[in-house]
Amino acid sequence: MTTSAVQLDAEGNLRHFLTLDGLSRTLLTEMLDRTEGFLSVARQAVKKVPLCRGKIVANLFFETSTRTRTTFELAAKRLSADVLNLNISTSATAKGETLLDTLRNLEAMHVDMFVVRHADSGAAHFIAAHADPHVAVINAGDGRHSHPTQGMLDMFTIRQHKGDFTHLCVAIVGDVLHSRVARSELSALRTLGAGEVRIIAPRTLIPVHAEALGARVFHDLREGVRDADVVIMLRLQRERMRGALLPSEHEYFQLFGLTEERLATAKPDAIVMHPGPINRGVEMDSQVADGPRSVILEQVSNGIAVRMAVMSMCIGTQNLRAAGQADG
Amino acid sequence: MADPARISICNGRLIDPASGVDEELAVHIAGGRVAALGPAPAGFHAERTIDAGGLVVCPGLVDLCARLREPGGEHKASIASETRAAAAAGVTTLCCPPDTSPVIDTPAVAQLITQTAERAGRARVVPAGALTRGLAGEQISEMAALKRAGCAVMSHADAHITNTQVQRGAMEYASTFGLTLFLRPEDHYLRDQGCMHEGRVSTLLGLPGIPEAAETVALARDLALAEQTGARVHFRGLSCARSAAMLAEAQARGLRVSADVSAHQLFLTEDDVGDFDSNCHLRPPVRTRADREALRAAVARGEIAAICSDHQPHEPDAKLAPFPVTEPGISALETLLPLTLGLVGEGVLGLRSAIERLTRGPAGILGLPLGRLEPGSIADICVFDPEEPWVLSPATLVSQGRNTPFLGRGLRGRVHWTLLGGRVVFERGAR
Repeated sequence: MTTSAVQLDAEGNLRHFLTLDGLSRTLLTEMLDRTEGFLSVARQAVKKVPLCRGKIVANLFFETSTRTRTTFELAAKRLSADVLNLNISTSATAKGETLLDTLRNLEAMHVDMFVVRHADSGAAHFIAAHADPHVAVINAGDGRHSHPTQGMLDMFTIRQHKGDFTHLCVAIVGDVLHSRVARSELSALRTLGAGEVRIIAPRTLIPVHAEALGARVFHDLREGVRDADVVIMLRLQRERMRGALLPSEHEYFQLFGLTEERLATAKPDAIVMHPGPINRGVEMDSQVADGPRSVILEQVSNGIAVRMAVMSMCIGTQNLRAAGQADG
Repeated sequence: MADPARISICNGRLIDPASGVDEELAVHIAGGRVAALGPAPAGFHAERTIDAGGLVVCPGLVDLCARLREPGGEHKASIASETRAAAAAGVTTLCCPPDTSPVIDTPAVAQLITQTAERAGRARVVPAGALTRGLAGEQISEMAALKRAGCAVMSHADAHITNTQVQRGAMEYASTFGLTLFLRPEDHYLRDQGCMHEGRVSTLLGLPGIPEAAETVALARDLALAEQTGARVHFRGLSCARSAAMLAEAQARGLRVSADVSAHQLFLTEDDVGDFDSNCHLRPPVRTRADREALRAAVARGEIAAICSDHQPHEPDAKLAPFPVTEPGISALETLLPLTLGLVGEGVLGLRSAIERLTRGPAGILGLPLGRLEPGSIADICVFDPEEPWVLSPATLVSQGRNTPFLGRGLRGRVHWTLLGGRVVFERGAR
């Protein structure tokens, strides 16, 4: 199950990028290596490479996002693609036929790639399954399921600082239950063979079968980050404070908020990450967020290079397919 | 319509679990009823003889839960289309839950359904009356009037009565008139936004889960109320092992409670959701392999006395969306018998018990004199080949709903004739 074969072509090349589940370590490593190559583009005087020249990328955001959309847009532009930005309110597309109609309309405009964000888990799979075969679909976050480019940019950032994954202890703190970022990180860490992965949260924010995610569960922050090489803080939505999940921001910060003092049990050279935007004083205090161990802004820069890598890989597969058809 | 003909069904293996018959016996039909078994009565001249050599002849199947979508959901299916599918599936009696639009909470809606079904003439449709007005769970309905209008049982469809006092009153009032309550145990709050079993797969897919406790909490409450009130309660669509154990324990203590399971619950598991297959979006959800095995065992022991289709035909658009916003349910009438026979193939049940769960078991729960084949019985009959292999495809589906995860699957067991009140309502071409 969840092999997500739909995202690979018969030769194992990346057609769509929907989830990290089912992708090989070789492919993830290739993606990280390619990201490395694209990092330098940002430092050139002319910040463009022509890999996707003449291609049209549509950013299809059914859920609002500024940062993710912007980094996808920049990534596409650095690859010389033309970019369409569409913000579509979810309420207008509650019905599936409308979502398909939106797709069909864009396909009729000969869009080559959809970058999709949607509030429902499985939305990117749905779109990939129903899109025209020549279109690539990149998941920019679907419900609680997956946010694979975020997962990969986090892996890239970890590799930059720590090198090999096999001896690393990675602690993920916060709302794992609702987090597509956490699911993608956990999937990538499993595939890349991280030494130990931990998740730290009260039981209300831990999925029922956490062992399926390959992580050890902790409920005490100090214990959970002890000897960690990497501490990843997850964003906590304010709406989780209502009802039966959490009593208050105050108590959450008291127990699970990252401070310099609580970080003391981690390895001295531990890095601190956060997918952003940070709720200062909820997930962590500003001293940590802006401190020497924080790599949060590097994550943002790396995000552009990772997205360039993913887009160029999918477009490369499209070109192979087109060439194959021309030969045939 | 012409009077039903005198028909003889010869050379078949007659299996009637209600009377314990299992032998090669001819069935002779006159006036819509079984005239005799075995040799034809003196002076009986069949106008038509059906050669059932190599086939099983059994009572027409009784399905405790099938949505026909009429009134209110005619874009999905109709009574005419779905009773045609029922006939092709050997199902002669269908109980339809009250969540039509409008809800079956007035005699007029109940009569509309039974009369439309009678005009279509392919299956008996027994409406289940709504326990509360509009299925809102607040005000009990006019159950005596609904009973007079043909509602054999009272149901709350998939809606949960959250107000315990209303649930108690509904049980007491229904039992005043000898009406059985059909309840699908599911705690509204624990289900929340859930759209699949809360477990390993929901954890990986990030889909909101429906915990087992959503069912067991509601079941425990309603078992306690059934015990307090002495009402006859039938629990629809159990989905987990613990529910089956709770049911068996209550039955052992003498409570008048019964239960059914949907056929697909005995085959599918959470793993079948795979990569967000919306045809496996079900309510209740399919759960773990252990749950499936426990439900199979409860069916084998007879604690779960009926297997039903939980037929829910949909238009294609209902399943063409991201998984959580698709509509739950399977178009399931035509897989009811083959899946149940699959249990025979896997050694879970004997053929007679399998037929019993589809005939005498559900008929008894409905309290109707159906699901049996003895002289004098209403001649609702299913004639099927228990071994015939076939593949379910959009082309073979008779139902207007094409939404089923069993498309493309090899099935075993196929209906060849269906008789309703002595009339042939389905006939497959040459064997």
